[in-house]
Amino acid sequence: MDGPLLELDAIRKSYGTGTEVETRVLHGIDLSIRAGEFTALVGPSGSGKTTLLNLIGLLEPPTSGSYRLLGRETAALPEQEITLLRASSIGFVFQFHHLLPAFTAVENVLMPGLIARGPVTAVDRRRAQALLADVGLADRVDFLPRKLSGGQQQRVAIARALSLAPPLVLADEPTGNLDTHSADDIFALMRRFNEQAGTAFLIVTHDPRLARRCDRIVQLVDGLIAGDRTNEAIATAADSTMAR
Amino acid sequence: MPFEWVVALRFLREGRFQTALIVVGASVGVAVVIFITTLVTGLQANTIKRVLGAQAHIVVTPRQEVSRPQLAPAAGETLLPRIEARAQRLRSIDQWQALAAELERTPGIGAVSPIVSGAGFALRGDASKAVNLIGVDPARHDRIIHLTDKMIAGRFAVQAGDVVIGRDLAADLGAAVGDRIRLQTAQQGAAVSDAYTVAGLFDLGSRAANRTSVFVGFRTAQSLLDLPGGASEIDVTVDRLFGAEALAQDLAARTGQSFDSWMKTFDQLVAAIHAQDITTALIRLFVILIVALGIASVLVVWVVQKRREIGILRAMGASRGKIQRVFLLQGAIVAIAGSTIGSLLSSLMLFVFLKVARNADGSQIFDLDLSPTLYVTAALVAVAVGLLAAAVPARSAARLDPAQAIRM
Repeated sequence: MDGPLLELDAIRKSYGTGTEVETRVLHGIDLSIRAGEFTALVGPSGSGKTTLLNLIGLLEPPTSGSYRLLGRETAALPEQEITLLRASSIGFVFQFHHLLPAFTAVENVLMPGLIARGPVTAVDRRRAQALLADVGLADRVDFLPRKLSGGQQQRVAIARALSLAPPLVLADEPTGNLDTHSADDIFALMRRFNEQAGTAFLIVTHDPRLARRCDRIVQLVDGLIAGDRTNEAIATAADSTMAR
Repeated sequence: MPFEWVVALRFLREGRFQTALIVVGASVGVAVVIFITTLVTGLQANTIKRVLGAQAHIVVTPRQEVSRPQLAPAAGETLLPRIEARAQRLRSIDQWQALAAELERTPGIGAVSPIVSGAGFALRGDASKAVNLIGVDPARHDRIIHLTDKMIAGRFAVQAGDVVIGRDLAADLGAAVGDRIRLQTAQQGAAVSDAYTVAGLFDLGSRAANRTSVFVGFRTAQSLLDLPGGASEIDVTVDRLFGAEALAQDLAARTGQSFDSWMKTFDQLVAAIHAQDITTALIRLFVILIVALGIASVLVVWVVQKRREIGILRAMGASRGKIQRVFLLQGAIVAIAGSTIGSLLSSLMLFVFLKVARNADGSQIFDLDLSPTLYVTAALVAVAVGLLAAAVPARSAARLDPAQAIRM
């Protein structure tokens, strides 16, 4: 694709605008992400990481500034278009898995397709099963989320985020409540999809160890970008880890 | 299955207890509405059938004779007239044949039967009973009160020389089918009397009617009552029972004769039926209201409990409209389930009620008439109420901010 996958220009976000308790969270963010990039978003608590992720994910609109996703200016789009754009271009992986508890693993993976394309076909189902097998859950396809471990739930969440093959996956501390071993596995899984399918990942993480294994690290401090570095050496190191 | 169905059904299955709660609520509501409606309709129909079984819906009689002052006051004088009401003699309806023909052509009128009726005595041996002589054309009159169905002995035949009397009069006179009785009337002071053969006995369901009604041929009554070629009354049935009074007034204004509808004759009954209708409507309204509030309150709680899942669905690309439809669908599904169970329940309640509550003689209070229209209407109302009750929670679900919902 020509041009960046997404482009933020002077994005500001405040809550409670016009009231006495106005909280400014983002103070003018300029950020551009290319297709296939594997980026870590780091920063202390309260620096606005999750808010930035929500803005990029079109879950909430910025207070001011311009946000272009896949070359389309999103500020002018009506609600319906926003929903369609989100469904077709962004997959989400949340910190607390956020699977639908009433639906089995495979049904969770099928859900984005059901929403975007209508009734599930046998082909859809086979694809979803293959995707679950790909994340190592071939034998857990029909389990409800509560019967799965934290790591397994997060694998389902990744499979779900990838089910419509979006160009971008947003992950909000995907390994936040997992033990080190599981966290490594999940991270490696995302890295694999990034390399195989060229899916861009933007991962919010507190874990410097994991952040160092990304292609690019964007640091957010008090609602401003305090650092943005790309390191081929880091990426190469991560690749060699993967290649094991 | 489309998204809305998949999610609505799964949510309903997941919240089994809440689902059961509102389905039971809706079932009981539907059952009570159908039960009460059928019960009241059945009782009313039965009452009306009993009251009108031996009764024309509209009775046409000649206009009452009134006295008019003959003296006109001279100029400067004031006249204080005292006008005495006239005694009403038995008269024929003016141009009754033309009127009967016109009535038969009038839309909304079922059967028309001209009759000659007046006071007389039935005599046998030492017994003498005051009766109401009714001269009818049997074929025409049968369409008004179905006398042939009410015969308990002999047949309804009123050719010349035949008479048909009630069970109680027969007992009073000690007469049976085939016996002869005398009928006597008074005409201008002179008694007219003749002997007739009892052709049949009837039971109109009322002791008074069985004791006083005496049916004879139309011409026999004309000669007994000194109304040659006349008819003192025209009995009419109407298609719409509760339209009788309006029709009667309309016809009275058009023809100048006196039209009395059953609604006026039994005004207390009509008032009672109306009061009952209003009460039933109120009960139904409140039941529907309570069911609607029940469904709405459970769904409101549901939406709050499901905030996070709604947020996830929205993040995955479900539009506000889709989320709204999920909850509307839940309302509709529980309403359909409720009306199905409620319909069965109400039928059961009605059967049990008719088994338990019986007339003094042990017979059924009324014939159960399960109307499919009522069931379909109740189901439609239930679905409409379910949708309405779900509308508010569905709106609030659709309006949830996905970013906020997920953070919870």
